[in-house]
Amino acid sequence: MALTINGSPEQKKLTQTPLLKIWVPWMGCNLNRRRGSSVPQFCNSPTLIVMVGLPARGKTYISKKLTRYLNWIGVPTKMFNVGQYRREAVKIYKNFEFFKPDNEEAMRIRKYGQQACAAAALKDVSSYFTKEQGQVAVFDATNTTRERRAVIMSVAKEKGYKVFFVESICDDPEIIAENIKQVKFGSPDYVDRDIDEAMADFVQRIECYKASYMPIDDDKDRKLSYIKIFDVGIRYLVNRVQDHIQSRIVYYLMNIHVTPRSIYLSRHGESELNLLGRIGGDSGLSPRGQKYASALAAFIKGQNIKDLKVWTSHMKRTIQTAEAVGVQYEQWKALNEIDAGVCEELTYEEIQQNFPEEFALRDQDKYRYRYPKGESYEDLVHRLEPVIMELERQENVLVICHQAVMRCLLAYFLDKPADELPYLKCPLHTVLKLTPIAYGCKVESCFLNIGAVNTHREKPANVDVNRDPEEALQTVPDHI
Amino acid sequence: MDKTPPNPRELTQNPLKKIWMPYKNGLPEKHISQRKVCMTNCPTLIVTVGLPARGKTYISKKLTRYLNWIGVSTKEFNVGQYRREFVKIYKSFEFFRPDNEEGLKIRQQCASAALNDVRYYLTEEGGQVAVFDATNTTRERRETIIQFAEQNGFKVFFVESVCEDPDVIQENIVQVKLGSPDYTNCNTEDAVQDFMKRIKCYENSYETLDEVLDRDLSFIKIMDVGQRYLVNRVLDHIQSRIVYYLMNIHITPRSIYLCRHGESDLNVKGRIGGDSGLTPRGKEFAKKLSQFIQKQKISDLKVWTSQMKRTIQTAEALSVPYEQWKVLNEIDAGVCEEMMYEEIQENYPLEFALRDQDKYRYRYPKGESYEDLVQRLEPVIMELERQENVLVICHQAVMRCLLAYFLDKTAEELPYLKCSLHTVLKLTPVAYGCKVESISLNVEAVDTHRERPENVEVSRMSEEALLTVPAHL
Repeated sequence: MALTINGSPEQKKLTQTPLLKIWVPWMGCNLNRRRGSSVPQFCNSPTLIVMVGLPARGKTYISKKLTRYLNWIGVPTKMFNVGQYRREAVKIYKNFEFFKPDNEEAMRIRKYGQQACAAAALKDVSSYFTKEQGQVAVFDATNTTRERRAVIMSVAKEKGYKVFFVESICDDPEIIAENIKQVKFGSPDYVDRDIDEAMADFVQRIECYKASYMPIDDDKDRKLSYIKIFDVGIRYLVNRVQDHIQSRIVYYLMNIHVTPRSIYLSRHGESELNLLGRIGGDSGLSPRGQKYASALAAFIKGQNIKDLKVWTSHMKRTIQTAEAVGVQYEQWKALNEIDAGVCEELTYEEIQQNFPEEFALRDQDKYRYRYPKGESYEDLVHRLEPVIMELERQENVLVICHQAVMRCLLAYFLDKPADELPYLKCPLHTVLKLTPIAYGCKVESCFLNIGAVNTHREKPANVDVNRDPEEALQTVPDHI
Repeated sequence: MDKTPPNPRELTQNPLKKIWMPYKNGLPEKHISQRKVCMTNCPTLIVTVGLPARGKTYISKKLTRYLNWIGVSTKEFNVGQYRREFVKIYKSFEFFRPDNEEGLKIRQQCASAALNDVRYYLTEEGGQVAVFDATNTTRERRETIIQFAEQNGFKVFFVESVCEDPDVIQENIVQVKLGSPDYTNCNTEDAVQDFMKRIKCYENSYETLDEVLDRDLSFIKIMDVGQRYLVNRVLDHIQSRIVYYLMNIHITPRSIYLCRHGESDLNVKGRIGGDSGLTPRGKEFAKKLSQFIQKQKISDLKVWTSQMKRTIQTAEALSVPYEQWKVLNEIDAGVCEEMMYEEIQENYPLEFALRDQDKYRYRYPKGESYEDLVQRLEPVIMELERQENVLVICHQAVMRCLLAYFLDKTAEELPYLKCSLHTVLKLTPVAYGCKVESISLNVEAVDTHRERPENVEVSRMSEEALLTVPAHL
C-alpha cells in the first residue's frame, strides 16, 4: 500500500522505474531505492506474534491462516511451530505419560526440551528477521505459563521486536473434540494409532497442560499488547494495539470463522474479445459464453447450496454470466479485471509490436509489472483485500470474475507465493470449488463441458528485452 | 424437474454511473444493490452506554460522519438535545437526581420521543443506521430499547465507553461541556462542579455491560479511551466495520495538513488528469511548502504523496522521508484524460452534461466517479485516524473527498469544495468537529475550480456548458 522514499536534499530529477512505474529520484546510475521498494512499510521494527492457549484451541489454525493472509497482502511472514521442533528433537513419542507433570524424568527432559525447542525456534526467528528480511514471525506454541512468556518477551525486548499475543480460550467440549479429530489425527504424533486411543491420549495431554495454565491476566498483563479470542470468535478482548500491522491483524482475526462453507470461483463466460485474443475491454459474452452461463446456472442448482451469495465485477461479461444463474447478485468494482492501461484491447502480437520492452519486462516479473497507465498484479492484490475480508466473513459465495482477479483470489486460498500467482491456471468455463478443511483448502475443479479459447500464456523461455518477436510470442495461445 | 432457465435479461449501461443493469421494454429494471456490498439487510440501531463525559457524543458524531462518508445513511439522535428543547432552561444537576420524579418522567419522555424519530428515520426516511446517544446506564433502560428494536426489526449494537481517568474526564468537561447551552450563564468553576455532581447522580445505578449477564448482546466496550476493548457477538459486516473504525480512532491532539501538488504543466494548459511535472511556479510552491512545514515545527510529521510525478516532485523539496500511496492518485478521467474542458464538450457533450447533473455519482467512461474515489480512499482515512501529524500532498478531487470527510460535507457539496493550488489546509480536531485554517503560500497559480453551470441539460449550447471553465493558456 505505502512505499517509503527518503527525500533528497537537492531537488533531484525524477525518473519512473520501468517495471513498477514508480517515480523515484534519479541518483546517477544506481537508483536510490529502498530494499524491495514495492513492499508496504507497515512496521519499522519486526513483529513477533505469540500464540497462547491449551492444545486443540486452534492456535496452529490461526497461525497458518494469519501467516497466509499477511504474506498475501505483502507482509513477509513466517510461522514457527514449536511442536515441530519438539518432534524432531524427541524422535520417540511414547504417549501422554511424557507430558504428565508428576513424571519427573520426563518433566526434566520436557522442560529442558521445551526450553531448547523454544530457544531453537527463537533463534530461527531472529535469523528470519535479520537475514531473510521477514517482518512478522508467528510463534506457535502453547506458551501457557507466565514464565515461558516472560522468556520470550525478554528476548524480544533485547532484539527490538514488537510483541503481540494471540490467546485462544475455549471450553466447549464439542469444539475441542472436533478440533482434535480434524487436525490431530493427521499429526505425525498419532500416525500409527487407533483413533479412540489417540483421542483419549490427547485429552489427557490437554489435562497435563491445564494444571499449569496461566492465561494472560487482564490486570497483571495490562501493559502487554494482546487479543484474547473466546469461544472461536463470539467474544474478543483487545489490549493496547500498538501500530498499523497489529490493527490489521486484529481486524482479520475478528472476521474469520470456522463455520463449514464453500467458495466457488469462476470466470465470466467466454467473451467476444477472448475469441479475438484481445486483453481487457468490456465486451459481452460469445454464444459459447452464453451457453456456459446456462451451464453454470444448472451446476449451481445441482449443488443445492444454502443461502448462496453471488458476486460479480462491474464489467458486462461477468454480469451477463450472473444473470443466467437467476439469483440476486452484487456488483463489486473491486472485482474488475486488471487494468492493462495503454494495452487495453490489444492482442499479445500488437503489444509485442508496439511495446516490445514492456512485454519483456512483464515476462521478467509478472507480479510486480505495472502496465503503463494501468495496474500490476501487486496493485490488484491491494484492491482485492476488502473482497477477501468479506469472503472470510461470509459463508457460501460464488464469485464470478476475471482471469487475473481469480488468480489473486486463488493464490490467497491456496497460499501461492507472488511468483506463482500470475501463472495459476484459471481457464474459462471451469468452476473451482474451495472448501476449507483442517489447516488448508480442498479444491475441486469442475469443467462444465462448454468449449472455450485458452487465454493462458505461459512464461516464455527468453525474457530478455532484446529477444526476437517469435521468442516473445511463442507461448501465446491460439485465437482468431 | 429442471425448469429451462429463463432467457437471460438484456443489459444496458446506465449513462451516469456506467453500471450494467438488466432492462425490459427499454427501461432499466430496478436492481437492489449496484455498488459494493449490501451492508445491512435490516437497519441497525447503535446505542451508546456510559456515564456523562465519557465521550459518547464524540463517538456518536464521529461514527455518524464516517458512516455517511462511506455511503451508509446514518443519523444521530442525542437525547440530551431533546431534553434541552423540552426543559427550556437548565437549572442545575438536581434535575438528574435519581429521586427527582418529575425529572425522571421528562427524561423518559425525551428518550421515547427520540426513539420515535429513530423509527421514522429507519423505516420511512431510508436511513440505514441510527445512533441513539444517551447514557443508557441501566439494564432496564437498555432492555426497553432492545424490545423497541425487536418490534421494529432493527439490529442493536451497543457502544459503551468506560473511563475512570480523572484527567481525561476533566479535559472532556472543559472541551465540550462548558460550551454547552446548559452552562451559558455559568462561570467555569461552578459549571465544572455542577457537572461533577451530575455524573454522581448516575453512578449508583450504573450497570456496565457484563460479559456474562449480557453475553447474548452485540456490543463493544471501549475502556480508557481505547487502551482496551471488549467485543461481543459482532453480527454482520456493518458492525464489523464499526468495530474496526472505533478501534482505530484516538483523541491525541494532532494536525492534518492537506494540500495539492504544485502547479503542473497540464494545469497551466487547462488539461485534466495525466502525469505531468511541476511548472516553475509549482517548484516555487514546493520550496515555500518546505519553509512553511519547517516553521510549523511539527513533531514526527508523516508525509504522504500519490504515485504521480507532480505530488512526488512537491514532496522531494521537503527533504524528509515520504510515503507514496497509489490510492491517493487523482480521479481517473478515463477517455477524457489529458483533455481540456473545451475538448470534452466538443467530443463528449452528453458526458459533460451528465457530469454537471450529478458530479458525485458520474463516472467517466473507462474511468472513475467521486463515489469510486471515496471507496478507494477509505484505507487512507482509516490510517489518518490512526496517525498523528500528517501532511498529505494529493490532487483536487482526492483532496475534496478527504476534506468532505473531516468537515462532514454531503455528497452534493463534496465535488464543489474549493481546493486551490498552492494553499495548505490545516485541520485540527476540536471539541466535536474540526478547525480549518487555510494558508495560502503566496505563489501564483492557475485556477482549476469549475463551478456547476446553470444549464446542465443535455441539449444546452456549448457556451452554456463552458461558461464556468476557468482561464488557461
